[in-house]
Amino acid sequence: MIVVVLLLLILPFAAAVVSLRAPDGVAEAVSAVTGVACFGLVLALVPAAAHHDLVYLSYLRIDAVSAVFLLATSFLYGAVAVYSIGYLAPSRRKRAPGFSRYSRRFYAGLNLFAWTMLAAPMMNNLALLWIAVEVTTVISALLVAIENTDGAAEAAWKYILIASAGLGLALLATIFAYYAGAQVLGQHYDLSFTSLLQAGARLPHTPVRLAFVLAVLGFGTKMGLVPVHTWLPDAHSEAPTPVSALLSGSLLAVSFYAILRYYQVAAAALGPRFPRDVLLVFGVASLLLAALYLLDQRDVKRMLAYSSVEHMGILAIGVSFGAPIALAGVLLHVLAHAAAKGNAFMGAGVLVHKFGSKRIAGITGGLDLLPWSGPLFGVAILALCAMPPFGIFRSEFEIVEGGFGASSDTAAAILIVLVTVAFFGLTVATNRMLLTPRRAGMTGSGAAVLARGEPSAWMVVPVVAGVAVLLVLGLHPPAELTGLLSRAVHQLGVGQ
Amino acid sequence: MSAAAAAVAAPSVYSGGASVIALGVLLAEFGMFRQALIRDQVRLYAVQSALISVLAILVAAVRHLPDLYVLAALSAALKVVIVPIVLRRLLRGVGRAGKDGPAPGWTEIAGSGSLSLANTVLLAIAVAAFGFFSARALGIHSAVLPLTALEISVSVVLVAFVLMIMRRDVASQAIGFLSLENGISLAALVIAAGLPLILEVAFLFDLLVAVVVFELLIRVHRGRAESLSTADLTSLRG
Repeated sequence: MIVVVLLLLILPFAAAVVSLRAPDGVAEAVSAVTGVACFGLVLALVPAAAHHDLVYLSYLRIDAVSAVFLLATSFLYGAVAVYSIGYLAPSRRKRAPGFSRYSRRFYAGLNLFAWTMLAAPMMNNLALLWIAVEVTTVISALLVAIENTDGAAEAAWKYILIASAGLGLALLATIFAYYAGAQVLGQHYDLSFTSLLQAGARLPHTPVRLAFVLAVLGFGTKMGLVPVHTWLPDAHSEAPTPVSALLSGSLLAVSFYAILRYYQVAAAALGPRFPRDVLLVFGVASLLLAALYLLDQRDVKRMLAYSSVEHMGILAIGVSFGAPIALAGVLLHVLAHAAAKGNAFMGAGVLVHKFGSKRIAGITGGLDLLPWSGPLFGVAILALCAMPPFGIFRSEFEIVEGGFGASSDTAAAILIVLVTVAFFGLTVATNRMLLTPRRAGMTGSGAAVLARGEPSAWMVVPVVAGVAVLLVLGLHPPAELTGLLSRAVHQLGVGQ
Repeated sequence: MSAAAAAVAAPSVYSGGASVIALGVLLAEFGMFRQALIRDQVRLYAVQSALISVLAILVAAVRHLPDLYVLAALSAALKVVIVPIVLRRLLRGVGRAGKDGPAPGWTEIAGSGSLSLANTVLLAIAVAAFGFFSARALGIHSAVLPLTALEISVSVVLVAFVLMIMRRDVASQAIGFLSLENGISLAALVIAAGLPLILEVAFLFDLLVAVVVFELLIRVHRGRAESLSTADLTSLRG
């Protein structure tokens, strides 16, 4: 197994180095193969992680919880790497000036970004976890800026400044966690997660409380919790589409992973009440604000970004319910959200590509013009709205059931209402984009020349894979996955 | 030597000196509000970082924590030398565009505050006082440094936020973030002096990466907006 883990840590980095040096064709092939291979490697890890914790070199640790996040990240990495081939193909064909430079930077950044996101959940150390998350920030900020437009420069600056300031708070949280641990374990304790968790109830309360709140605020900035979500819609809408998909499906999840680790420590030290209440407040605020913003969005990528805020709110609320079935729902939700949001962004990328506009008003008749991507985008939106038979239906159902079971009736009811509001916002806009017939001469010359057809098959294949994953998660999750989830739930439930 | 014995043996000069240095860090943070030149602001950041390294050396000597010597040296090399050099590269080419041929280093950051200087400082004083007294209420104990230093470090962090929020130019915002990190380093000296060196080094390396990326993005910003001001960054909303 250690070979698999080391390969996961080496391959994406090697791919980044190759992408920086090699010609474009090689870079895209290497990235796609690496992405898919990483997903395969994580799949190979799942049975072992479902059975016992894998600890290597004392700094690497993969338990069931980290395996869930690795699955989400690596799946999206593979999907996005394949999708990028089609995404960059038009500029390659046009031989746009500076394309080769752009493409090299793009693929190097993409692989590095995936590398850091795969590394973060493997860290058995709160300090290294923080460092990995911080590195994801700086690399993804560069990827947001890569388009070199005014919007991209603005979004990248806001992103790096807000996220870094947030991570500054998370660093304070790390230091307070060290202080709390050092009170029990002595000065030479190294912030390893395992020993912190073992110290559990002996940890002093005030520093743990402080560390948890700072961690929720700090990592929550990157996760997109309201009111510290403000960078998120900008960065998601201005980044290249493959990067937006990774930001939304993986990066937010990795930040949530960091919060979950602090949740485990806080629950072990303080009992579950306090951390749950904190998460409930942030979760409801996120869900409320995102659902309202979704009702009136004009930009398709911003709309999907607010949907991410909504889903992060659902995750936080799900953890706050605390019931085992709700926790299982939360972890399943991470997986299903990665697949669904990845699909939605990739579909939106095709729409934007086809119609040359991110504005929802500028996109009409998508269903007629895009024989594959149109329906697939519709399916992705329905999946995001928790329609059966897709994975998010199952996960949200479990979360709500857990809420009622844990007698958090009010919160569960609020969740249902707000998710319904978000459903209206998303589906109305999607209807407009997909079903409104396209009238000739509506936007002058642009409307006439659009012919029916897909820009690239490379942009369809990963979306089909995503739908398959959503169906599997929704209809019949494989036994290995169920085993993994129940072990993860058990680990998260420690301290109850 | 046990922690208790060390506390008894500690001369009051030590704790007084440590508090004075910590106060110097806070004063440097306040000084950043009034700097009109990037060069001076960067210099002030270097001074602030140097103070923290001095404090680390002091702790290392008095509390017999040899790791901290290495940390102080690395931190000084990075924050007093490398980071200022990276940030000063920004000055290259700035000032040539000005009609009156202003001195190099005179850039658009003067008067970029969204409140007047006096009001900003008043706000910062209020925030600093809040941080100072609320940290006192936490009931945290430190074996290596007087708690005043922790209280001041919380103030530094909060004032750094005020700086980032109130100044509308990318250079001050970046320096605000870096001084925020300085405040956290100060807090770490008080309550996490025993943090393994390898992790500290990793933090510093991470800071280096962040600074390089900040500098890159400031360049991108200046290339597009032809100024360091963030007043025009208003197109993305809703």
